[in-house]
Amino acid sequence: MSHAKPGVERPLSPHLQIYRPMLTMMMSIAHRISGVGNSVGFLLLTWWLVAVGAGSEAYEQVSSFFGSLGGRALLFLFSWSLIHHMLGGIRHLIWDTGHGLDKVSIEVFAWATIIGSTVLTVLVWLAGYWCKGAF
Amino acid sequence: MATPLKRVRGLGAAHGGTETFWRQRLTAIANIPLVLFLIWSIVTHIGAGYDQVHDYLAQPIVALLLLALVISAAIHMRIGLKEIIEDYVHGGAKMVAILLATFFAAGIGLACVVALLKISLGS
Repeated sequence: MSHAKPGVERPLSPHLQIYRPMLTMMMSIAHRISGVGNSVGFLLLTWWLVAVGAGSEAYEQVSSFFGSLGGRALLFLFSWSLIHHMLGGIRHLIWDTGHGLDKVSIEVFAWATIIGSTVLTVLVWLAGYWCKGAF
Repeated sequence: MATPLKRVRGLGAAHGGTETFWRQRLTAIANIPLVLFLIWSIVTHIGAGYDQVHDYLAQPIVALLLLALVISAAIHMRIGLKEIIEDYVHGGAKMVAILLATFFAAGIGLACVVALLKISLGS
């Protein structure tokens, strides 16, 4: 058994900077970024629920923040991140079955995730506002 | 002829088999309808008054779905954050980062559970 000497510079396998950026690669990164974004959004959800539990005074403060333009924009981004991660996740679940791993399918999945998440997010918000009688 | 027990049981080098892999998929599937429900709950209650939001969250079916969501999401989040940390953080900092990610997931998950139970059962 040979032991590795500490501090020895070993050759590393090629990493991100070696490859030409490709859509499927970017979508893999986007899946991780949206996952971290969802964690931040989880904090917003916690803040909202804890405020409702704490009573009307605490709720009014949180509600005025989320009701502001910046608050609404933040919630829109959170919902987009959630839906993007969801569609990206469904893509992974399909891959888990062994289907859709060919070159054409992965490109189709990538575009479906980008376009689908954007369209779905806008539709949900329009439907929500319609439900509240905004138009 | 000695056969290591872990190989017989198919648990591999991590001694845990595919448990984490499976749990990530299980929570992912559960999260699909639950997250859609959450987004709908949010967009239909922006700017709503305290009583309206409180009454909405106090409904048993709403509380049940949101409790399921925050538990499933916290587990899913912990697995995902740990996976990212293991790729980019090394040495002693890795352990610290994984600990913090675990406390973060458990902390906000439990805070949501307590808040939802208080809204449902409290005065």
